[in-house]
Amino acid sequence: MISQLSPGERRGALVLSCLVGCAGLAMAILGRDDPLGGQGAVVMAFALACAGTVSHGYFTPAPSPASRAAYYDDPTRAGIVLAMIWAVVAMAVGDWVAWLLVAPDLTFDAGWSSFGRLRPVHTSGVIFGFGGNALIATSFYVVQRTSRARLPDQLSPWFVLIGYNLFCVLAATGYLMGITQSKEYAEPEWYADIWLVIVWVTYLLLYLRTLARRKEPHIYVSNWYFLAFILVVAVLHIVNNLAVPVSWGHAKSYSAFSGVQDAMTEWWYGHNAVAFFLTSGFLGMLYYFMPKRAGRPVFSYRLSIISFWGITFMYMWAGSHHLHYTALPQWVQTLGMTFSLMLLVPSWASATNALLTLNGAWHKVRDDATLRFMMTAAVFYGLTTFEGSFMAIRPVNSLSHYTDWTIGHVHAGALGWVALITFGAFYSIVPQLWGRRAMHSARLVEVHYWLAIAGTVVYVISMWNSGIVQGLMWRTYNDSGTLAYSFVDSLVAMHPYYTLRAIGGFMFLAGTAVGAWNIWKTMQAEAPVAALDLVDAPIHPDLQPAE
Amino acid sequence: MFGFHYRLERHALRFVLAVVLVAGIGGFVEIAPLFTISETVETVPDMRVYTPLEVAGRNIYIREGCYACHSQMIRTLRDDVERYGPYSLAVESKYDHPMLWGSKRTGPDLARIGAKYSDEWQVAHLVNPRDVVPESKMPAYAWLARTPLKMGDLGLHMAALRRVGVPYTDEMIANAPGDAYGQASPDSPYAAGVTKRYGDATNVRAFAGQPGHVTEMDALVAYLQILGHLTDAAHVQQAQAAQ
Repeated sequence: MISQLSPGERRGALVLSCLVGCAGLAMAILGRDDPLGGQGAVVMAFALACAGTVSHGYFTPAPSPASRAAYYDDPTRAGIVLAMIWAVVAMAVGDWVAWLLVAPDLTFDAGWSSFGRLRPVHTSGVIFGFGGNALIATSFYVVQRTSRARLPDQLSPWFVLIGYNLFCVLAATGYLMGITQSKEYAEPEWYADIWLVIVWVTYLLLYLRTLARRKEPHIYVSNWYFLAFILVVAVLHIVNNLAVPVSWGHAKSYSAFSGVQDAMTEWWYGHNAVAFFLTSGFLGMLYYFMPKRAGRPVFSYRLSIISFWGITFMYMWAGSHHLHYTALPQWVQTLGMTFSLMLLVPSWASATNALLTLNGAWHKVRDDATLRFMMTAAVFYGLTTFEGSFMAIRPVNSLSHYTDWTIGHVHAGALGWVALITFGAFYSIVPQLWGRRAMHSARLVEVHYWLAIAGTVVYVISMWNSGIVQGLMWRTYNDSGTLAYSFVDSLVAMHPYYTLRAIGGFMFLAGTAVGAWNIWKTMQAEAPVAALDLVDAPIHPDLQPAE
Repeated sequence: MFGFHYRLERHALRFVLAVVLVAGIGGFVEIAPLFTISETVETVPDMRVYTPLEVAGRNIYIREGCYACHSQMIRTLRDDVERYGPYSLAVESKYDHPMLWGSKRTGPDLARIGAKYSDEWQVAHLVNPRDVVPESKMPAYAWLARTPLKMGDLGLHMAALRRVGVPYTDEMIANAPGDAYGQASPDSPYAAGVTKRYGDATNVRAFAGQPGHVTEMDALVAYLQILGHLTDAAHVQQAQAAQ
């Protein structure tokens, strides 16, 4: 990794590590009486590890200029490894907290191990750790290929990837120490939020700089989605995290908004984190890797345009469906419901476009588990977006809201769509990125596929059942016109479903572990294919773009 | 339309502008009016602010992620109202930075839990929920009763809250640590200042049963006991509707 960097880039990496280390020192000193001090120590340790890695390779010979004729894939390789590590860890934490709802005494009489602190480790770990690293890694891969251009420099992609992981580490360790803003999916505190803004602006600039170097006149549809993901997440993140810290020495801050305005801002953010982090970016992945693997062109250019702008415009209105029947004004609830229903059109346009792309390649779906991962992801995408629109209808929401049905819905999307498309993308590029002919074991890809499907189905069905049972029990009246069940009655009824859910989660986790092991073995395999793929290389910068 | 797009997708910066513009509309239309339309949040005369001890308790509630399983938002549905009390009004979370409406009820809603159970019940429940509710799935928080409450910097917390809009006076901020101690120590000289500054209805009690020794348990129980009692507006409105 370091040997590919020019001497100037190595120096830059070292300076950046030292700057981050100094910031960590400042946090440790200013926050010595506060959990912020512990976070400062985490930053220092992280910076030290980076500086150590750079120093270790600092005096290796400079790379030959010829190496710049190929795409720059080192950050993509590292991103895939990091994504798989986060996946295994965060899904394991998720399964652990699922068991905590079965056996609540497994908390060792300590703060860090309780459900409330571990849950965000799971949610942030899978969304930002696994999903975010997968998006960064694949976006670097895709933007270079679809632009026929190399990344403009070698330092900023590393800054984006490593800096982003520092954010994830701060988030996860912070929750264990009890640091949280309590805004769902935006729990990290002000210092981590500011750091993410710096990383994210670099990411946007890097993306635009690469596009500026492109040798293709048109920007490919995957890049529309990746751009929307980067841009809108920046806007959402900045607005939703506006807050006043207690002091420079406190991790704690107070949200700039309160009550109803805060709730609307939070769910405008929360729902669009789903839209632009978990949908847009992964559609970018789908639009590149699925046609590529199937060997078929995207079915319809026009459907791509309609679904892209439909998603970009309408999702931003839908957040208020999280607040039906609350103190949020009715007109906002109605707008949210209406746009959520209309969203089904662009969502299904995307899913249809993906599935019709497979026409003429269905025999490959049957034989190739990697392509099947992606096909199943598109199916789950269609199912989940239908379910989402359905649950946004106010009367349906009166039953589903606050229950496990929501949890089931989220996992149908997160497991069935986000994770499956990611695994499909990883299995398509891992052999090539490490110079191997194929994955270490095709059979294990098959095993992973079926474990993932079985786990998702068991998880989602158990949560549908528990959610609907719960919702019905809460609203059941007896003949005398009073509520038939106490809250505790509904909780007791949940127990078998919670056990089943934890088992489903374990199956999915086991599949992920098999996948991680298979990727690891592929990386370690003997006899790499030596020849450089001449088709998979950027066009020389001096050549004019083709028309 | 497709011809227009065919040209647009050849220019990265124009594309970026188009995305920001198209994506920006929804949030702007739905969020900005919530700050300008005055009926969004009801005006009530008796709305009071959290005391320093309640702020500390609320921060513990946030720190432990209680909001992940407990909502604080009673919906305008018959069964919600009959189970938990009058539906929540916007004004009731007017000083909640951030709001804790929640999104999931693994446990029951807590918007009106205050004064529903005794302090002793709340403490026993937090120490080990299954001692009082055998079927409970809540984690035990016995260690809260062993952890002394950090009170020295509560003034800074309240100053930050004032900066985002909570009407704390200079006197409240200056006396924050003493007031926090006094609210949980009814026999101490600090107790009188609490009711003077925050009103006679303020709960001044040894919440965790150990006067003079203020723990995180005291703060959390003080917070739980005030939930739903910052204003009577919701009960007043329900009574009016019933007539």
